Amino acid sequence: MSLKVSGVWWKRVAMLSCAFALASFSVMARDAPPAPAQMSKAEMVKRGDYLVNAMGCTDCHTPHKMGPNGPEPDTDLFLSGHQAAVKLPPPPAPSGPWIGSTAAMLTAFAGPWGISYTQNLTPDPETGVAGSYTEEQFVMTIREGKKQGRGRAILPPMPWPVFRNLTDEDLKSIFAYLQTIKPIKNRVPDPVIAEMK
Amino acid sequence: MKKKVFVAAVMFGVPLAGVASTPAAWPAPSLRETGLYADWDTKTVDAAKIRFSPQYPLWTDGAVKTRWMELPPGTFIDAANPDAWQFPVGTRFWKEFTFSRRAETRLIEHTAEGWNYATYAWNDEETEALLAPERGIARSVVIRGTVRHGIPSRSDCRSCHEGSPQRILGFSTLQLSADRDPNAPHAEPLPEGGVTLRTLVERGLVRGLPAHLADGAPRIAATTATTRAALGYLHGNCSYCHTRTGELASLKFSLQYPFTEPFDDPPALETTIGHISKYVPSMWDAPGERVRPSDPDRSVLAFRMGSRNPVSQMPPLGSRLVDEEAVALIRKWIAEETGSPVRQPGEGKR
Repeated sequence: MSLKVSGVWWKRVAMLSCAFALASFSVMARDAPPAPAQMSKAEMVKRGDYLVNAMGCTDCHTPHKMGPNGPEPDTDLFLSGHQAAVKLPPPPAPSGPWIGSTAAMLTAFAGPWGISYTQNLTPDPETGVAGSYTEEQFVMTIREGKKQGRGRAILPPMPWPVFRNLTDEDLKSIFAYLQTIKPIKNRVPDPVIAEMK
Repeated sequence: MKKKVFVAAVMFGVPLAGVASTPAAWPAPSLRETGLYADWDTKTVDAAKIRFSPQYPLWTDGAVKTRWMELPPGTFIDAANPDAWQFPVGTRFWKEFTFSRRAETRLIEHTAEGWNYATYAWNDEETEALLAPERGIARSVVIRGTVRHGIPSRSDCRSCHEGSPQRILGFSTLQLSADRDPNAPHAEPLPEGGVTLRTLVERGLVRGLPAHLADGAPRIAATTATTRAALGYLHGNCSYCHTRTGELASLKFSLQYPFTEPFDDPPALETTIGHISKYVPSMWDAPGERVRPSDPDRSVLAFRMGSRNPVSQMPPLGSRLVDEEAVALIRKWIAEETGSPVRQPGEGKR
C-alpha cells in the first residue's frame, strides 16, 4: 500500500520540515551544557528513567487504552510500540487544514509522509530497539535521524531533530534505562511511505 | 514498469609533511574554487589531479561518474592495513555525477579533525556549480521519466563514508587492482591516465602493502566468473556498512572482501548462509535467511537489492532505481553457486 501525495502537500510538508529543522538547528547552535561527571551504570539508568519519563517517550511508544479519565498508557505494554496484532484500516483522507490523524492507541500516525508506527523500545532481542541496537547505533539513530544511524530516514512525528540536541551522556543514559525495562516481543509493522508524484 | 520514487518526509603512522593548501573556509561556495579545474571555462582539469576508476563501481542509478583525487606533495597513503588505508591530512577526492547533464560534483577532504564532505550542484547550462545545502536536494536532475536524482545531505555523506574504517569506498586495495574484473556490473574501462594499485605503488604514492599484495593485482579468489563478479559487486556496493569492523559490526553481517587475513569462506558466504535476517519482508510469512542456498526468491539479500521501497531497499541511501543487472547477477550467483552439493568448505580459500 502506498499513499499518493500531490505537489501541494509536499510543499506543505517541506515547509513544515524546514521550519522544524531550522528550529532544531537553532537549538543545536547553543552551547551544550557541561558534561556531567562520569556516571556509574546505576546513575545512568536513573538519569535515563528521568529523561524517558520527562520527555514523553511513552506518549507514543506505549499503547494507550481507554480508562475512566480517558486514554491512558497500558503499563503492561510499556514502550513496546504499535502492537503487531492491531491491524488498522486505511487512515481518513486529509480535510482542509487537517493534514494528520492518529489511531486511538496513539501508536500509529498518518500524514503527508505516509503512515508510521511507533517502534518497540524494549530490550527484546529480536524486536526491540534496546535489545537489538548497540549503544553506539542508538546514539547515531537519534543524531542522524536514520534507523540504526545509517539506514532509512525516521518518519514523523518522532521528534529526533529536537532529541539530537541531547548530550551523548543523556542519550547513553536513555539507552541504559531502556535496557532495564521489561522486554516485550512485538514486531512492529513496517511504515508506509508516501509516494512523491 | 513504472518506477516509483519515494521520499521520506523529514530529512534526510601517516606522513604529514607537505600538507596541501586548503580553502580558507570550508566548504568553498563553488566548485571552481576547490582547485579541481585548471581552467574553469574549458573545464580543463588540473593535470596534477589523479584520475581513477574502481573496478566494482557503486551503483547510482546509472550515473556516469568521473573521479579524481589529490595527495599533498611529498605524502603517501599508508596501506599497511590493506582493508583500511590511512590517508594523509590534505587528501582530497572529487566525483562528478552525470545523467542527462552534469548533476553534481562531490568533494571529500581529509583534515586533522576528520573527513569533511560537500557537494556542488550544477546549473542547467553547466556553467556553474554551487555548494548544495547541508540538507541536500531531494529532486535534482531527471534520471528517467519522473524519477529524479537526489543530491545527498551531509548526514547521508557520513552515513556511507563513516560506516567502516575504509573511508573512501572506491579507492582501495581491491578496487584499484591492476587485475580488473571484466564481468563486474557496469564495469568501466580504465580511463586515460587512470591509476591502478600497481602504478600507485610504483610512484610511491601507496606504501606499506603486505607482501602478498605487492604486485598490485589482487583478485577475488573464485572458481567462476559469476562468483568473482558477485563478491566484487557486494564489496563495492554494500561493504561500506556491512563490515566486521564498522559501526554495524554487531549485525555480524559482512559483505566485504578482506585482505588482512586468510579465510576459508569469504564473509559474503560465511555471514549470510544460514543466518536469519532480522528484517522480515512484510509479504513473507516467516523470517528468512540472508542468503538461502540455491533459492534467490527466499534470500533477503536479493529481495532488498530488488526493492526501492525506502522501508526495504538496500542500500538505503543513494539510489532510486533498482540495479537490474546486479540483481540478475546476484540471483544467478545464489541460484547456481551458493548451494552446490559439490561445493566444499574452503573452496573460496585464499
